[in-house]
Amino acid sequence: MAQHQVNYASSAGLPVALTTVDHLVNWGRSNSLWPLTYGLACCAIEMMASGASRYDFDRMGTIFRASPRQADVMILAGTLSKKHSEFARRLYDQMTEPKWVISMGSCANTGGMFNTYATVQGVDRIIPVDIYLPGCAPRPETLQYAMMMLQKKIRRESANMNNNTKQRMV
Amino acid sequence: MRKYTPKDNVQAKSYYTDRFWVAPRVPSEAIEEGSHFDRVVMAVADKVTIEEAFVQIGQLRIVVKAKDNFETLQVLRDTCGYKMCSELSAVDYLAKDGEFEVFYQMLNLDEAKRVRVVCRIKEGEAIESIVPLFKMANFAEREMFDMFGIKVNNHPYLKRILMPDDWEGHPLLKTYPVEGDEFASWYEVDKIFGKEYRDIVGPENRDPARVDRYDSQRFSRVGYEVPFGAEIDKENEKENPIKYSETFLVDYNTGSKVLEKRK
Repeated sequence: MAQHQVNYASSAGLPVALTTVDHLVNWGRSNSLWPLTYGLACCAIEMMASGASRYDFDRMGTIFRASPRQADVMILAGTLSKKHSEFARRLYDQMTEPKWVISMGSCANTGGMFNTYATVQGVDRIIPVDIYLPGCAPRPETLQYAMMMLQKKIRRESANMNNNTKQRMV
Repeated sequence: MRKYTPKDNVQAKSYYTDRFWVAPRVPSEAIEEGSHFDRVVMAVADKVTIEEAFVQIGQLRIVVKAKDNFETLQVLRDTCGYKMCSELSAVDYLAKDGEFEVFYQMLNLDEAKRVRVVCRIKEGEAIESIVPLFKMANFAEREMFDMFGIKVNNHPYLKRILMPDDWEGHPLLKTYPVEGDEFASWYEVDKIFGKEYRDIVGPENRDPARVDRYDSQRFSRVGYEVPFGAEIDKENEKENPIKYSETFLVDYNTGSKVLEKRK
């Protein structure tokens, strides 16, 4: 009996690890970011490349989900037209909390070169955005870097979403 | 004498325009006697009155009256072998002539010939649908209605095809601004949040190089640095300009050379 007794308080690295709830929850959240399979334009090709074997999003725990109910991250990859904006917002509303948004590419950030009547001039007009990813189109490495930035951001956040200062539009 | 154009703001334009540029015009040739197009014109002329017919770049162009469009295409399809209508749309000549030009691009697959049937309609007039002749006209006429507002009689389902159903205006008209009118600029906000959210979301930013000096979250403020996200009092902003070095190594105005003195 006494042979196997461990003094947990003094023996670091043994079966017990002490941490905060925030750390534990955010560790889980940030390492299993499931984005919504949602491509709008040519940026979606780069997004698909990021998910495929050469760049391999899966190794970061990022697995694309086909349903907004199962997704944590919305990657708005491409030009958002005004006709489609209603549905993009609906998909965002269908995602369960906590949820994050990456605006991928110039078109999603500002409307890009489509300075026209039919294009939403920046998706932040209808959806609160966490990461703005520049580029036309951003390469897969860039999208993965954006995902890593988002992980860093999540690790800084409180596990209780009500404590976070993220601005919710509606 | 050449027309005088003021040159004050020539530099303000971001692109170059050649003052002596003349728009190239495609030469139109007469129809050869006994050719394929000659037979086509004769077949069409039996049924309807042709206003004008000539050949451009190896293609026949027939101008007919707007009320004859269905009959002309029927003759082309049934007796001349033009089995395919490859394109159908309109051109806005409202500013020039007060009219739309509606054109139908026909293709004869057996003889590899093309004919363009053209007719003109006034604003507010409708044109007869050719869906009974060509199924492709269904979507093409809907697009023409969507983009120009030209009504099509006897169309099975005349409804917008590109723009949303509740859209106002017809975007391909020359009078429609390319950046959109008042309705277009607030469309997504009105639709998703409602009109009362216009103040919260704010107007569209159409300038890609815009820098908001009071937005301390997204823009750096060189020389007027504040902490990230700090509120800036617009009236009582503290002046904190960049201070440059006062030491001149070589002052060419006075001729004094600090550099040499140091040596």
